[in-house]
Amino acid sequence: MNCVREAFADAKRQGRGTLIIYITAGEPNLLQTVELVDTIAGAGADIVELGIPYSDPLADGPTIQAASQRALAAGCTVQGVLDCAAEIKQRNSVPLVFMTCFNPILQFGPETFAQHSQQAGVDGVLVSDLPPAESEQWVSLAAAHKLATIFLVAPTSTDERIRQATDRTTGFVYAVSRPGVTGAREELPSDLRQSVERIRRTTDLPVAVGFGISTPEQVAAVWEIADGAVVGSAVVDIIANTGDSDALYAEVAQFVARLAHG
Amino acid sequence: MAVKEPTAPPPKGRFGKYGGQYVPETLMAALDELEAAYAEARADEDFQQTLDYYLREYAGRPTPLYLAERLSEVCGARIYLKREDLNHTGAHKINNCLGQGLLAKRMGKPRLIAETGAGQHGVAAATVGALFGLETVVYMGTEDIRRQALNCFRMELLGAEVRPVESGRGTLKDALNEAIRDWMANVENTHYLLGSVCGPHPYPTMVRDFQTIIGVETRQQCLEKEGRLPDKVVACVGGGSNAIGIFHEFIGDEQVELIGVEAAGKGLATGEHGASLAAGSFGVLHGSASYILQDSDGQISEAYSVAAGLDYPGVGPEHAYLREIGRAHYVAVTDAEALDAFRRLAELEGIIPALESAHAVAYVLQIAKELNEDTIVIINLSGRGDKDAQEVRELLKSDAKGDEE
Repeated sequence: MNCVREAFADAKRQGRGTLIIYITAGEPNLLQTVELVDTIAGAGADIVELGIPYSDPLADGPTIQAASQRALAAGCTVQGVLDCAAEIKQRNSVPLVFMTCFNPILQFGPETFAQHSQQAGVDGVLVSDLPPAESEQWVSLAAAHKLATIFLVAPTSTDERIRQATDRTTGFVYAVSRPGVTGAREELPSDLRQSVERIRRTTDLPVAVGFGISTPEQVAAVWEIADGAVVGSAVVDIIANTGDSDALYAEVAQFVARLAHG
Repeated sequence: MAVKEPTAPPPKGRFGKYGGQYVPETLMAALDELEAAYAEARADEDFQQTLDYYLREYAGRPTPLYLAERLSEVCGARIYLKREDLNHTGAHKINNCLGQGLLAKRMGKPRLIAETGAGQHGVAAATVGALFGLETVVYMGTEDIRRQALNCFRMELLGAEVRPVESGRGTLKDALNEAIRDWMANVENTHYLLGSVCGPHPYPTMVRDFQTIIGVETRQQCLEKEGRLPDKVVACVGGGSNAIGIFHEFIGDEQVELIGVEAAGKGLATGEHGASLAAGSFGVLHGSASYILQDSDGQISEAYSVAAGLDYPGVGPEHAYLREIGRAHYVAVTDAEALDAFRRLAELEGIIPALESAHAVAYVLQIAKELNEDTIVIINLSGRGDKDAQEVRELLKSDAKGDEE
C-alpha cells in the first residue's frame, strides 16, 4: 500500500477523517513553501497537495489562479518545485502529492517528470486536465515510478466515467463537490452524500471531497460522508494575505489545526 | 495517390497526435452531451435545412467569389476573393455562430457564453443570441475591451453582457479560460459557443463543419467560373476557423495547394508574434494538443499581432495535422506587410479587408513574381476591415510621427 493510502488507513484507525491541505508551490517563494509544508503537517494535515503553478489552469478559481500567477512571476519553475519537494521530503515524512496541469509535465517530459518526482520522494500526482481517456501513458509511468494516481470525479460524471477514473486510481478518488472551479463557498451542496455514495458503489478506494471546502464545520460534515476533505483556496488566501510576515506560519498552523479538529 | 478523408477523426477527436480532450473531469459531461447532440443534429435533415435557411436568408450566403481585376493585374495571375466579408456582421464567424446557436436551441440551453478577442466572434455570438432569444454573456479581456470599445458597445446593443476578464494579461486566451470556467459551473443551462477550431473535442470538428460551407461554395464557384480547380487557396490562420473552412473541401484535390498565413507580428525573431505553427512547439492548450506558444517550462506565452483575431497562442489541431502530413503549408507575414496589404486592397479593389484577412492578401502580393497569368489563386477574405479603420488610422499617424522624429 502506498503512503497516500496509508494516510487514509491511519486516520480511519484513529476514528477520524483525512485532512488534505493544498498550497501553491512558490507562493510567496519556494523556501517558504518548504517551511509551510512543515507547518501544515505539524498542525495536523495528513496529506499535503503541492500545486505546480501553471499559467492557464482551467479548474482553478480566482484565488489559486492569482497565487499561480504570482509564483510564476517570482520565477517558480517545475525543476524548482521538484527540488522543493525533495527538500520537504528530507525533513518531513508527510505524504506529498503534486497537483498540476498536463502541459508543464509534457514539456518537462512525462517520463523524466515521473522519474524526478520519484527521486524527490513525491508520493502521488493529480493531473487536473488529464481525464481517464487521455491518461494511458501517464498511468503506466506513474506505476513504474511508484507514484500514486489521483483522478477527479465530478457530480456530473456518469457511472461509466466514474469506473474509468477509479480503474486508474491508485491513491484516492478526488470527488469534486460541485460543478465549477476551486474556491471557498458558503455551503456544501445538498446532494454531496449521494455523489459520494455513487462513487463508493464502484470502488473501495478512499474518497476525498474537494472544491469549496474552507471551514472546520465543512470539514467535519465532509468526514461524515467521505474519507477525506481537501482544503485549498482558504489556506492559499491566508498565505496571500499574510505574505512573508512573521505571522505567516502561526496563522497557517492555527487555521490547519482548527480544520484538523473538525 | 488519392487522399481519402485524411482528417476524419477517430471517436476521441484526434487528428493524428493532435486534438483530444485535455480538460478537468468537471467538463467531461458537458463535452459528452455536446458531442452526442451534435452528432444527432448533423444527421438530422431538418436541422441542416434550418441552418441553410438562416445562412441564406439571414447571413446572406452564398458569398461571391470575386475576380479581383486590378489585384490580378498587379500580381500577374487570376486572383479571386472569397467574400466572407459580405456576410452579416462582416466576417465568416456568423457561419459557426448560426450553427451553434441552433444547436443550443435544440439542446434546450437558454444561455450562450462566448469568448472574444477583437470582438468579431463576440458580435456574431451576440447577434445569434438576439436572433434566437438566448441570454448571451461574452467574456473579453480588459486589454481587448480597451482596444475594441466600439465592438463592446455593439455587443451591448445586441443585448449581450460583456464580462471583463482581468486574469492573465486580459487577452483572448484569458477570455477563453474564463468562458470554460463559466461553462463548468453552468453546464445545465449554458452552451459554450467557442469561436474557432480550437478547444477540446468536439469543437475542432464541429466548428470546422459549420465553416466548411466556405470551401463548398468556393470549389463550385471556381469550377463554374474557370472550369477548373484553383492552383492555390490562401487564408489567414489564428485559431484557424476561416482557413479550415475554405481548405476542407479541397483536401482531396491534391493539385490544389493550401496555404495558411500566420501572424509574424513584429517579426518571428522578436518573439512578438502569433505564429504557433511557424514558431511554436507541441503542447496542450485549452483542451487540445497542437502547436502552441510556450516557454521551456510549458507556461503559455502571450501572442501578439496587429490583427487581434490572430493574437492567439495556439492553433486548431487539424492545422497541425495537415501540416504534418504535408497537405497544407503555413507561412507568416508581419504587421507591416499586413498593413501594406490592407491599404493596397482598399486602393486597388475598393475593399477594406480585416487586418486578419490582410495577412492572406500580403502573402499573395509577396509571391506574385512566382505566379503566371494562368495561375488561379483564391484568397479567403474572411472579414471586412471597418472594425480596424480606427486602429490603422492611429498606427499610420504614429508611423508618420515616427518618420518625422
